Amino acid sequence: MGLAKRIIPCLDVDAGRVVKGVKFLEIRDAGDPVNVARGYNEAGADEITFLDITASSDNRDTILHVVEEVASQVFIPLTVGGGIREVADVRRLLNAGADKVGINTAAVKRPELVREATDKVGSQCIVVALDAKSVSGPDEPPRWEIFTHGGRQGTGIDAIEWAVKMAEYGAGELLLTSMDRDGTKIGFDLALTRAITDAVEIPVIASGGVGNLQHLSDGVLKGGADAVLAASIFHFGEYTIAEAKAHMASQSIEVRC
Amino acid sequence: MQRIAVIDYGMGNLRSVSKAIEHVAPDDEVVVTHDAATIESADRIVCPGQGAALDCMQALQASGMAEVVSRTVATRPFLGICMGFQVLLSRSDENGGVSCLDIISGRVVRFADPLHDTDGTRLKVPHMGWSEVTHSQPHPLWSGIDNGSRFYFAHSYYCVPDESQRVTGTCHYGHDIAVSVAHNNVFACQFHPEKSAADGLQLLKNFTQWNGES
Repeated sequence: MGLAKRIIPCLDVDAGRVVKGVKFLEIRDAGDPVNVARGYNEAGADEITFLDITASSDNRDTILHVVEEVASQVFIPLTVGGGIREVADVRRLLNAGADKVGINTAAVKRPELVREATDKVGSQCIVVALDAKSVSGPDEPPRWEIFTHGGRQGTGIDAIEWAVKMAEYGAGELLLTSMDRDGTKIGFDLALTRAITDAVEIPVIASGGVGNLQHLSDGVLKGGADAVLAASIFHFGEYTIAEAKAHMASQSIEVRC
Repeated sequence: MQRIAVIDYGMGNLRSVSKAIEHVAPDDEVVVTHDAATIESADRIVCPGQGAALDCMQALQASGMAEVVSRTVATRPFLGICMGFQVLLSRSDENGGVSCLDIISGRVVRFADPLHDTDGTRLKVPHMGWSEVTHSQPHPLWSGIDNGSRFYFAHSYYCVPDESQRVTGTCHYGHDIAVSVAHNNVFACQFHPEKSAADGLQLLKNFTQWNGES
């Protein structure tokens, strides 16, 4: 009877619409973030993450309206990431109704941003997103490096050292994505997940690679993750949130029913 | 129609709270305000809050809201949420020690570091996510909510009220912690009802209908 491991569907939002298509039951307009969020809430999701992938700065404020709309109708935690550059961006999103804000590239550029933001709004609102990629050779001990710009740009920063540093800077949670696994559907990088969860005291969300329900369980049981994030297995109706929870519960993982 | 004031002292996300109350009480007027007269004329008061104790207390004092809360807290149904619960206690250990409103006698302390569960497993801090809340005593705000239902938490500090008979709800995170208290017409909780799906909305709805008695 402790804390439930969380299941978090993640949605990409471009110019105010959910993209990549969402196809679960009774959602007529898959592009409307409110409908999608409401559907996931009713399906039992523990939290929802929106990633703002809007490239054009003209559309930047659109995400604020999306967050306002969703937050006024869906009453579970909402995390929003993408395009955060300064503390003012964090505040705007929180004021619009986000509960947590994900910071990625901006933290790599200027780590103090994380400290400034947590000082202002509290650690529990700040999620640092880590995009990590394996950089060790076949016979070397495993090593992962932080990448930015959707995994295209290496930084030379060791992923574990970075996770520890971000926790020290006040991050309330880490969203860990394996760039090697993202989109592959072959499961989380469990060695990476375990290395990070062992290194920090703060909660870690595992992301990247989920293709079936066992992958979700493995993220918790083998990777030590506190929450598991997935996109396509839920969006395309391959599995429901309820099925995911039932599967995890069958392996003695505590979930919220 | 009644008026419910959500106190705005410049900290954190008030929209979630006000929207959730509007959702459960569509006929009521919900105002987010830092105006003392508006708060004092309201039928019910909600004090939310996020962030660090020092900032919150400074903001409450600078805005004059500390005095308004102290004055109105005893006079009508009052709901404190998260930091809005913690500031009601005597003092907080956060930020090197902060004097709080001292409406409920007690102290706000940080989870141990490292924190372990009774079976030895390591627990993360912040306590973030959905935990089961045990009703340690009946209260009108628990109406329609199963004992042991899960609520959403996001905190590193927790309240230790001096008088255990005030505690209405507990959860287990390493050890049992008080996560809600009742004190006359005050109900205050560490978890976020506005983010706790159906059960959280039920609690908010109960608050909008509560006469302030236990």
